Amino acid sequence: MDKGSFKVKVGLAEMLKGGVIMDVTTPEQAKIAEDAGAVAVMALERIPADIREHGGIARMSSPSIIKAIQSIVSIPVMAKCRIGHFAEAQILEALEVDFIDESEVLTPADEENHIWKHDFKVPFVCGCRDLGEALRRIGEGAALIRTKGEAGSGNIVEAVRHMRQVQKDVRRLTTLPNDELMAAAKEMGAPFEIVRQVAKTGKLPVPNFAAGGVATPADAALMMQLGAETVFVGSGIFKSEDPADRAKAIVLATTYYNDPEKLAEVSMGLKDAMEGLNIASIPEEERLANRGW
Amino acid sequence: MSLKSTTIGVLGLQGSFVRHIAMLDKLGVQTKQIRYPNEIDNCDGLILPGGESTTISKLLDEMKLRERIQKYNRPMFGTCAGAILLSNNSDDPLVHTLNRVPINTQRNAYGRQVESFIASVDLSFDKKPFNAVFIRAPKLLQPGKEVTVLGTINGEIVFVQYENILLSTFHPELTDDPRIHSYFIKQLIRK
Repeated sequence: MDKGSFKVKVGLAEMLKGGVIMDVTTPEQAKIAEDAGAVAVMALERIPADIREHGGIARMSSPSIIKAIQSIVSIPVMAKCRIGHFAEAQILEALEVDFIDESEVLTPADEENHIWKHDFKVPFVCGCRDLGEALRRIGEGAALIRTKGEAGSGNIVEAVRHMRQVQKDVRRLTTLPNDELMAAAKEMGAPFEIVRQVAKTGKLPVPNFAAGGVATPADAALMMQLGAETVFVGSGIFKSEDPADRAKAIVLATTYYNDPEKLAEVSMGLKDAMEGLNIASIPEEERLANRGW
Repeated sequence: MSLKSTTIGVLGLQGSFVRHIAMLDKLGVQTKQIRYPNEIDNCDGLILPGGESTTISKLLDEMKLRERIQKYNRPMFGTCAGAILLSNNSDDPLVHTLNRVPINTQRNAYGRQVESFIASVDLSFDKKPFNAVFIRAPKLLQPGKEVTVLGTINGEIVFVQYENILLSTFHPELTDDPRIHSYFIKQLIRK
């Protein structure tokens, strides 16, 4: 019996497609997310908007919070570890979280190396801003890729930029003859074999989700229409005035992302979304997307 | 009825529906993603894919698809979450089953994702076993008398038929082996 192989890891990512994964900090929030139709929850100590506001070092959640959330919901429970912090990842694996997010939202533990994710039985998701970054993470063993966007900003502009960039990079690879692929791999800083595979198939070898700035049903629909296969919502739900209703509306918007009438219907009657930040107002050194390479 | 004039609907609310559609495309039948009640009518069969059964169960109610599927009398195939939904009873109160197959289902019966696995399934209709992917898989328990067992791993039931409905706890759409989908088309839809 084969457990923890790459195929088994990607298998769970396949099951999450067409859904919404919600950041939660308490068992109560996890229950609200599950009742709203989330396909998974991300257990965190603080949501990205609060991490941004309060500063300090953001670390893996406390195991007791993760355990409490696991005991209250039946959907998959994910958790974040710091970039390069493989000991946090080992602890999360021992807790049997269903997915580990090696995330730029937490303070990086290693400014040079990411985790060698092939060593783990639990699948990993990692953020990216372009195809080269996505393929480096897949080379290290990530079973799922998401855009970084700009977490905790409530602003979709960076997620759009990153999703379009990945798609553009994939399209370009498919137009290159074999003898230009090595140079493309060099330029992107990506593993050649995976570059060749993407050039041949025209898609990433793992699912590609969107994250970082989704605050409304329309944001979720936008990312799905741009090619995301599922949407992560971080601060957008529990920083809004009406988490339960908004969560449910975003779930429906993700399924009916290309039905404008349905989108209008689910967007009606919602209270205020999170306020959000202009990216230009965030100093370069405080931008979370710049963490990791 | 030729393959090309056969249309199979795949419930496309959430989950692994794209992979099912890709497998059916390869086998040469027409496919249709189902998200609205009236889309079911012209299909010769329906697949309920894997995904999160709690999410799919809520969306079925939200879009008034539940009653349509409960009354649908053509062949159906539920994989993983789809099997839970088609069963008479699930251990999770958040999942409202469609009560189409006299069998009980236990969600995530093997444990969390670290316990997900690939194993070879012994089939009743083919000597060659099927290498199958089980993701946070359920178990099929207490099958009714009229339920036929089509597949097992180490004697445990993982694939059954009841009248014109198939249930599998694994994901045939995640492999390159089309035999399970072929069985559905040849034995249930075009017989």
